[in-house]
Amino acid sequence: MPRTLIEPQSPIERLSILDSEGNLDTALEPKLAADDLKRLYRAMVLGRRLDERMLKLQRQGRIGTFAPIKGQEAAQIGSAFTLRPADWLVPSFRETGAMLWRGWPIEKLLSLYAGRLEGSSPGPEQRDLPVTIPVATQLPHAVGIAYGIQYRGEDAVVMTYFGDGATSEGDFHEACNFAGVWHVPVVFVCQNNQWAISVPLKKQTNSRTIAQKAIAYGFPGIQVDGNDVLAVYAASREAVDRAQAGEGPTLIECVTYRLGVHTTADDPTKYRTDEEVKAWEQKDPLTRFRAYLEKKSLLEAALEEQVDEEIARGVERFEAMPPADPLGMFEHAYAEPPAHLVAERAELAARLAAPGGDGAPPAAEPDSTPMRGQRRTSRWQN
Amino acid sequence: MVKALNLALLEEMERDPDVLAIGEDVGVDGGVFRVTEDLHRRFGSRRVIDTPLAEAAIIGSSVGMAIYGLKPVCEIQFSGFAFQCFHQIENHAARYRQRTQGRFHCQMVVRMPYGGGVSALEHHSESEEQFYAHIPGIKMIIPSGPRTARALLTAAIRDPDPVIFFEHKGLYHAAKEEVPDESETMPIGRAQIAQEGRGLTLIAYGAMLRVALEAAETLQAEDGVTPEVIDLLTISPLDRETLVASVAKTGRAVVVHEAPMSFGPGAEIAASIMDGAFLSLEAPIRRVAAYDVPFVGFAREKASVPDVARVLAAARETLGF
Repeated sequence: MPRTLIEPQSPIERLSILDSEGNLDTALEPKLAADDLKRLYRAMVLGRRLDERMLKLQRQGRIGTFAPIKGQEAAQIGSAFTLRPADWLVPSFRETGAMLWRGWPIEKLLSLYAGRLEGSSPGPEQRDLPVTIPVATQLPHAVGIAYGIQYRGEDAVVMTYFGDGATSEGDFHEACNFAGVWHVPVVFVCQNNQWAISVPLKKQTNSRTIAQKAIAYGFPGIQVDGNDVLAVYAASREAVDRAQAGEGPTLIECVTYRLGVHTTADDPTKYRTDEEVKAWEQKDPLTRFRAYLEKKSLLEAALEEQVDEEIARGVERFEAMPPADPLGMFEHAYAEPPAHLVAERAELAARLAAPGGDGAPPAAEPDSTPMRGQRRTSRWQN
Repeated sequence: MVKALNLALLEEMERDPDVLAIGEDVGVDGGVFRVTEDLHRRFGSRRVIDTPLAEAAIIGSSVGMAIYGLKPVCEIQFSGFAFQCFHQIENHAARYRQRTQGRFHCQMVVRMPYGGGVSALEHHSESEEQFYAHIPGIKMIIPSGPRTARALLTAAIRDPDPVIFFEHKGLYHAAKEEVPDESETMPIGRAQIAQEGRGLTLIAYGAMLRVALEAAETLQAEDGVTPEVIDLLTISPLDRETLVASVAKTGRAVVVHEAPMSFGPGAEIAASIMDGAFLSLEAPIRRVAAYDVPFVGFAREKASVPDVARVLAAARETLGF
């Protein structure tokens, strides 16, 4: 029996339209209206400026740890830009830019990083899942939502995000496999930012690209210059159109770079060089897109000031939020609180109502039925 | 009990087009224990989904389906394999309602065969309900026979919160009981008094209910004591009210379960009784449970899984205290 060559179902392409030198492939340039180009840039600037503001808020102790997006604005916004309100966005934890684009209010995003569950509660009509922290575990959710869309014959797609590190997780492979078998309308967007905290891509996978992993699951994968918002948009448009047309999933690998820290608890100087960071700063997604818009005379005057003003208002609303009511913790554990939660809530309420609300004993004796020996016990004594 | 479970699934799938059955071999094969028998023929492969062999994605994609608005009933082939999807249950199914402040929730059921006494290999005989009972945000049910299985599975499918539903393999074919013609449901979170009595309360669930009832029969015949026997049915949220009321009346309690003793449901049950009926207690609460060793192999299983003799010994010690 001879050895024969089995061709993969689809080859892997790399797409780049606007490079860091400002060279433009006009044949591939997407036909976006002037207004859309302006909105894209504005969203990228908002993502960048909010990120910078959040770093300050974190350093001042006004919010806790978060994962900055600096350098990844094009990858997030170029992709999320293709979604309609009826489509679903399933993020991981570094998609502040995409979430802002989808209408998450600034104060809500800040409140998540201030430790409040209100920050992971999407609006009543919003078809977005909240930040998911355990790496890659959101990917099967995206596939399940896409199954629902297919089951009900609805016209909608799901876009889900993850990093290069996530592609080592079992949930990534299981989700891709299910999506391929079920042929559901889902777009997997990998923000390959080169580093999973301190572990570089070459220690994460021996694959030449992340895009090629799609081949194993029987659907197309494409690698794009993730710092080129036009290329990210074009690839996402194609993937979303395919999904909508019932042609199944796509994996988009956005080759980008995390210019900042992994999270605010991280010191990247321990594991990567300044030279590397500087080289990627030359490929900044905002710089090249700004130059592109300038050539088209589409740059809005005082855009940064407007965006800063929007952020300032968001921060004000965040700071004006009333303190989190401790009793709120019992509201949504179950649809209806079971008896033991009702009791626990009552205990906390009594503690809060006591002088100082500092855990002093409640006035009432706890219920007990004294019987043998008639010994009246109280857990609050001693 | 297999037929009763199958009936509940059939009835609920007929009643509600959003109810789906999903898992390994649940379709054409009807499930390795035949609980989903014939559903594929009736409802097709879109609603009775033969998945690839991957527990995390079965539960993970079901979480997504539930968020979307469907009501998946997942089958994990054996509870011993559920650790490959434990993170999806604990990290997500249990938390989505709280995390999103009620915007999304996971109305889903995860069915798993559990328990020993069926001469099976490792990962096919364990009782690991304690892991699920400990997770806030989910409910944990273990029926004791056909009638409770059908009524509680129906209730679980209709319940807006995620439910872990354990089915004892030893009861699948052994337990036989008449079930009503009409679909029947019963409240989650309520224990049943399987037998009224005085002087001692025996608390059990799943396959251990029969052991407890048999022990009760012997106690009546040989010791002149008619113990009250409680069928727990829902492990979490625990029906403390029924437990406390019973022990307040009887003054003594023995808890029986197949899960290993330490940090098992018996500990929570005993603590709850202490909390609510301390002054009624005439003797320390005893627990009869499997030994705290990893899987023992079915050649040694009989020595570890509680049997009537062990329950009797514990009951007599309690009565003689």
